[in-house]
Amino acid sequence: MPTVSMTVNGKSVSAEVEPRTLLVQYLREHLGLTGTHVGCDTSQCGACVVHVNGESAKSCTILAMQVEGADVATIEGLADGDTLHPMQEAFRENHGLQCGFCTPGVVMSALDLVRTNADPSEREVREWLEGNLCRCTGYHNIVKSILAGAKAMQG
Amino acid sequence: MSETGIGAAVRRVEDKRFLTGRGKYIDDIDQRGQLYAWMLRSPHAHARINGVDTATASQAPGVVAIFTGADMAADEVGGIPCAWQIHNKDGSPMHEPPHPPLAVDKVRHVGDQVAVVIAETKAQARDAAELIAVDYDVLPAAIDMDLALADNASLVHDDVPNNLCFDWEIGDKDATEAAFAKADHVVSIDIVNNRLIPNAMEPRAAIAQYEPSNGNYTLHTTTQNPHVIRLLMGAFVLQIPEHKLRIIAPDVGGGFGSKIFHYAEEAILTWASAKVPQPIKWTAERSESFITDAHGRDHETHAELAMDKGGNFLGLRVSTKANIGAYLSTFGAAVPTYLHGTLMAGVYTTPAIYCEVKTVFTNTVPVDAYRGAGRPECTYLLERLVTKAAREIGMDPVEIRQKNMIQPDQFPYQTPVALEYDVGNYPASLDTALQASDYAGFEKRRAESESNDKRRGIGISTYIEACGIAPSAVAGALGARAGLYESAQVRVHPTGSVTVYTGSHSHGQGHETTFAQLVSESFGIPIEQVEIKHGDTGEVQFGMGTYGSRSIAVGGPAILKACNKIIDKATKIVAHILEASESDIEFKDGKFTVSGTDREMAFAEVSLAAYVPHNYPIEELEPGLDENAFYDPLNFSYPAGCHICEVEIDPETGDVDITNFTAVDDVGRVINPMIVEGQVHGGLAQGIGQALLEGCVYDDSGQLLTGSYMDYTMPRADNLPNLNVGTQSVLGASNPLEVKGVGEVGAIGSPPAVINAILDALAPLGVDDISMPATSAKVWQAIQNA
Ligand code: FES
Ligand code: FES
Repeated sequence: MPTVSMTVNGKSVSAEVEPRTLLVQYLREHLGLTGTHVGCDTSQCGACVVHVNGESAKSCTILAMQVEGADVATIEGLADGDTLHPMQEAFRENHGLQCGFCTPGVVMSALDLVRTNADPSEREVREWLEGNLCRCTGYHNIVKSILAGAKAMQG
Repeated sequence: MSETGIGAAVRRVEDKRFLTGRGKYIDDIDQRGQLYAWMLRSPHAHARINGVDTATASQAPGVVAIFTGADMAADEVGGIPCAWQIHNKDGSPMHEPPHPPLAVDKVRHVGDQVAVVIAETKAQARDAAELIAVDYDVLPAAIDMDLALADNASLVHDDVPNNLCFDWEIGDKDATEAAFAKADHVVSIDIVNNRLIPNAMEPRAAIAQYEPSNGNYTLHTTTQNPHVIRLLMGAFVLQIPEHKLRIIAPDVGGGFGSKIFHYAEEAILTWASAKVPQPIKWTAERSESFITDAHGRDHETHAELAMDKGGNFLGLRVSTKANIGAYLSTFGAAVPTYLHGTLMAGVYTTPAIYCEVKTVFTNTVPVDAYRGAGRPECTYLLERLVTKAAREIGMDPVEIRQKNMIQPDQFPYQTPVALEYDVGNYPASLDTALQASDYAGFEKRRAESESNDKRRGIGISTYIEACGIAPSAVAGALGARAGLYESAQVRVHPTGSVTVYTGSHSHGQGHETTFAQLVSESFGIPIEQVEIKHGDTGEVQFGMGTYGSRSIAVGGPAILKACNKIIDKATKIVAHILEASESDIEFKDGKFTVSGTDREMAFAEVSLAAYVPHNYPIEELEPGLDENAFYDPLNFSYPAGCHICEVEIDPETGDVDITNFTAVDDVGRVINPMIVEGQVHGGLAQGIGQALLEGCVYDDSGQLLTGSYMDYTMPRADNLPNLNVGTQSVLGASNPLEVKGVGEVGAIGSPPAVINAILDALAPLGVDDISMPATSAKVWQAIQNA
């Protein structure tokens, strides 16, 4: 089996994997990073969103071997010890989650939006979330959370 | 109100773990020596199985075992039971054909389980399943309900004639006929309540484990009611006694009803785990969820409303066909009957009502409760009909509702369809919603839209629903095979912190917060001192689980009852220690005082005394501070409210834009307003989804055409508006917390508001009907056809 190496949440990792291993499987099954979820098999729900070299990506749609050498960030790497990232805090403050299953993907996706658009409008947030499904919240409080998180990140 | 007590918008206790990726959903859990299961499923809607050849597959790499229906039958494994028995008009019981966990002689829907492959990895199990050869004789499928009921229909179950599961009725037929005979106006409607696929974002999953040394089974499963699964699977399917079977439902990623039911995979895995014997894990792929999670709705109804000259309702006649799918699922039979027919009075004083329901087996996935379960179907029908009636007799839709509404001084109100509404104020919800939506300013907005070549409409829905099915004796008389109480255990630890074990289950509702608020309020202690435990039959004494908006209405009072037992006992302890009479002890803000003195004991001092009983009334009281309670409510609770939807339609494209959605709901006492709003938002999204986007489609051969997120339109953030949500509550009367329930109101009230708004917008163009989902294509076509 081939070996794949990358950086995940700042740590170098390396493992032998079957070539067909998806990045999400690698994160969940090999590294035990189960915060990244799988909600579909057609690349449409966004529960699996992580950052690859700083940009959001659906980890169910990439082979682990495709990100050889890359810098991968997952939901587990966001908080600073016990202190939540401002975007996480905004979700808590604004009740932006219910069952929590879509949440890691939504938060990672939101951070990529803010990276390219520091002060998004409500419409821009809604359109950006096109790739993330949430069945619980009706998106109302997710949108509110992202707007608040973006503000907090501006500082 | 304490800072973390009843009424406070406390931020959720559970959020930190979910936000940091530390939730523990079943697929996140692994057991030592775990194997993986893959279900081989039928590609046909209806076929006879002549044989299943597993010889080649058994030799595939990593395969440990393969089991078929014949193996389970040889072990005398029972069928998946239905928890509710309905009777026909003539008093005979419904048909309950067997439902073997793995198909034996026939497959009855695409996705029906034929074999389970157990292997060292999931990929190996899946690869091996492709090597199994099943010899099928494909049979014609019964899909459309009318065709399924026809005399020449293919039979889903060979011994159920006409595929008719049951033919049920409620209400007074003669009185209703008499009402129609004297009516001045009769308005009728034919309506389809579109079939939906629940789509909780976490796919179902399970891990079964058998311990040969003591014969104990443990099943981790994505369920809303672990004790119910233990009872159904243990007693009816696998004959495992309760003390040998532990069910654990840890973090569960949404349910909406679809995770209430006892599913075949749970029984297959548990049974197989003793054969292997190693832990076995199974996680559904989303494609499997589409063809195996119970679907919702799927009613076809003809209804008629009789009115006098003044638009007063005289009678209602309803005839419904309900699709129940290929097998009776756990609550499938209760949904179109006691959760549907009994709500036909709505919020109105209609004096005579008759409703009949034919429930039909088809070669489709079983249909069961989905958020609202029966009540959305009823509400959609009534609110479309009432709005149509207003239009036909030339009355304002607000006026016809006001005229026929049950008034606040009429409670308790006995409806003609069994239920007795306890309290409510429907005109007040309507008024509040009219103001909040600026109903009065609508015509001005309509004119503005028209000047931009758009069509604007406004739609109203005034709904009622029934939560927390109860009391158990009544539920039993209606056919429930279980009680519908809830249990709680409140354990105060020596230093005054508290663990609560509840039989309710949280899969997004935030019980760890809301229930902790009840305890914080009751004991006057901060919420950090309280931990809520749920979802494990090994920890929690008993429970009926979470569905039908019952957690706060039934589970909440159970916790309160146990808290009160604690306070009673603590009072006795304090009376002894402070040498006062019990009747002089007051408990407030976490302190016991002897009234009129400065002698007092803090809550934690009393708990310590209970566990370190050095000065203790040991003759009369046992040490410890740990109480159990079972609570059976007096009645259902009846949330109600008014939803108003305003839409703007582009007639060129058929695109429907919800410009404003207002929901005013009466949910009784609000424990956590933030969570209550969130619950309403979620329900509204599902209701608006049903109205505009979602619809399950089968072709004539029984293939599901909407089997992925590419074909089944889930609401996304850019399909939905901001939601204008508020509560206007009359305190509940059926339980001591005065709550009513909030989980389903959004999904129940909203679909007719949306469709009524669309029809209001299109009426000037001559469109008088549109079916859900009202997609842009359908709206555009309706405009073209008008
Ligand atoms: S798991 Fe659904 S998009 Fe990746
Ligand atoms: S919070 Fe449950 S799916 Fe989004």
